Amino acid sequence: MTTLSRTATDSATMLRRNLRHVLRFPDVLLMSLGLPVILLLLFVGVFGSALGAGLGGAAHGGPYIDYLVPGIVIMSAGYGATTTALAVNKDMTEGIIARFRTMAISRSSILIGHVVAATTRTLVSVGLVLVVALLMGFRPAADLGAWIAAIGVLTLLVLALTWLAVAIGLAARNAEGVSMFTLLVQVLPFTSSAFVPPDSMSGAVRWFAEHEPFTPVIDTLRGLLLGTPVGGDAGAAVAWCVGIALGGYLWAKALFKRDPTG
Amino acid sequence: MTTTASRPAVKVAGLRKSFGDHVVLDGIDLEVAAGTVFALLGPNGAGKTTAVRILSTLIGADGGEVSVAGHDLAGDPEGVRGAIGVTGQFSAVDDLLTGAENLVLMADLRHLGRVEGRRLAAELLARFDLVGAAGKRVGTYSGGMRRRLDLAMTLVGDPRVIFLDEPTTGLDPRSRRTMWEIIRELVGDGVTVLLTTQYLEEADELADRIAVIDHGRVVAEGTPGELKSRVPGGHVRLRFPDTAGLDAAAAVLGEVSRDEDDLVLQVAGDGGVRALRDLLDRLDRAGTEVAELSIHTPDLDDVFFALTGQPTTEKDGAR
Ligand SMILES: Nc1ncnc2c1ncn2[C@@H]1O[C@H](COP(=O)(O)OP(=O)(O)O)[C@@H](O)[C@H]1O
Ligand SMILES: [Mg+2]
Repeated sequence: MTTLSRTATDSATMLRRNLRHVLRFPDVLLMSLGLPVILLLLFVGVFGSALGAGLGGAAHGGPYIDYLVPGIVIMSAGYGATTTALAVNKDMTEGIIARFRTMAISRSSILIGHVVAATTRTLVSVGLVLVVALLMGFRPAADLGAWIAAIGVLTLLVLALTWLAVAIGLAARNAEGVSMFTLLVQVLPFTSSAFVPPDSMSGAVRWFAEHEPFTPVIDTLRGLLLGTPVGGDAGAAVAWCVGIALGGYLWAKALFKRDPTG
Repeated sequence: MTTTASRPAVKVAGLRKSFGDHVVLDGIDLEVAAGTVFALLGPNGAGKTTAVRILSTLIGADGGEVSVAGHDLAGDPEGVRGAIGVTGQFSAVDDLLTGAENLVLMADLRHLGRVEGRRLAAELLARFDLVGAAGKRVGTYSGGMRRRLDLAMTLVGDPRVIFLDEPTTGLDPRSRRTMWEIIRELVGDGVTVLLTTQYLEEADELADRIAVIDHGRVVAEGTPGELKSRVPGGHVRLRFPDTAGLDAAAAVLGEVSRDEDDLVLQVAGDGGVRALRDLLDRLDRAGTEVAELSIHTPDLDDVFFALTGQPTTEKDGAR
């Protein structure tokens, strides 16, 4: 068997294993919907009118839910990444990765299986959040091209977060070690343009919100879905995603190659 | 290709490994003949797991030559991986899958094909007494079941050399016996087994040859019989009610080894009736009272003690 066909065969085996985990525990997938949907209900139902009024032109005259959904969708991508980091860490600490390493298999298949499964799972949960949003009255104005671009941006972000999550999962000594990452991907959207535009924030928070990676990605997605101009955000969004994906990939690869300790 | 009987399945020369400045393996030499069981015997922290991890290509060595099933470890790790099966010290099974799915996963990774993979999984489940639990998640298995599944997974693909790192640690006596039987069967099939253990009894039961390792060195190597014969004879253990009794007896008996804390004297001798009567007579005449007497025939514990000057962890009650 050639190296390439072995990589493909083994990756497919690993992918089946990881997807089986997801299907066996659908509650993990539902959980990743839980918080984004609760936030959606809370912000639209409770704060919606107040925030919507306060936003002025930023919501482009539409209801607050139209402004909010891109941010919530990104949050669910963050949750997906948390699940990924925990799954990789579990494999690592429970020794099954060590077992795979003593077998004559394609080593890269282990990470490829995780990345493909995690990306698929996260995109499914992102899609489900979008469906809930549509049922709640989200009315995107995107044409086909904009939808394709939006899905492209989302996939790129999910891929970037997934590689980062894989590296974190490999690096952490135990599940607690993953919690910093969990905190990070859950807090960063709050200090971005997800709920209100950075213009309405003050001082250091505003500077941070304007410069953190989630803001350009959310703004790009919002522009694409609402049919408003995207501008320079798209470039920044793609740059951030590619940077994070590449950094995560190289970090994960280095971690995976090193002599496992402990 | 015919394998010559003289060619060892595992050959290790001068194996060294340190973590930082902590020397864990300090020049290990081993030779395991094909189709035999070889036991690495040593207390906790002796370096057994480190050795197995190096031999199974998980971590690199700092020095030394290793060949496994004719493949050079440094030059052809892929060849080594193709020939070995490894059951690590801690079960490496997929908790979220069922027992059957775990076995099919291994078969898929060995590229055995769908039909053959399922057939083999069913066969192994039956052989390892896991048929009833085949469709249950491994997370619900007992320690003994996990251990058996772990070993079954190792056997998928017919590895010719198997490494077992403390295969029975933590198992109840019954599961341990079952595991021993399985290991004996493997050797019957011509597989070479290198196992590690802290239990002298286990090495004695299973191994054709034993290497005693301590602090990263092989301190003795041989058949169980050879190792036992290195301890000259048995001894009689006498425990006294107080220090005065201990002192008095020590004065009468001359050359003995004494343990102040436990109030114990060990007198060399095989515990024959004559020698025993003579010993008790001498103590009687000196008027010392013995709280407890036991006769000790030489076992591997004595070997360990004689070679390292330390009791094994087992004696410390770590089992
Ligand atoms: N990755 C590691 N980093 C540092 N020290 C280690 C590592 N692995 C093992 N050790 C040390 O090496 C020694 C031998 O460990 P090990 O091979 O696990 O012994 P055994 O399996 O015989 O109990 C121990 O003192 C242990 O603390
Ligand atoms: Mg060990």
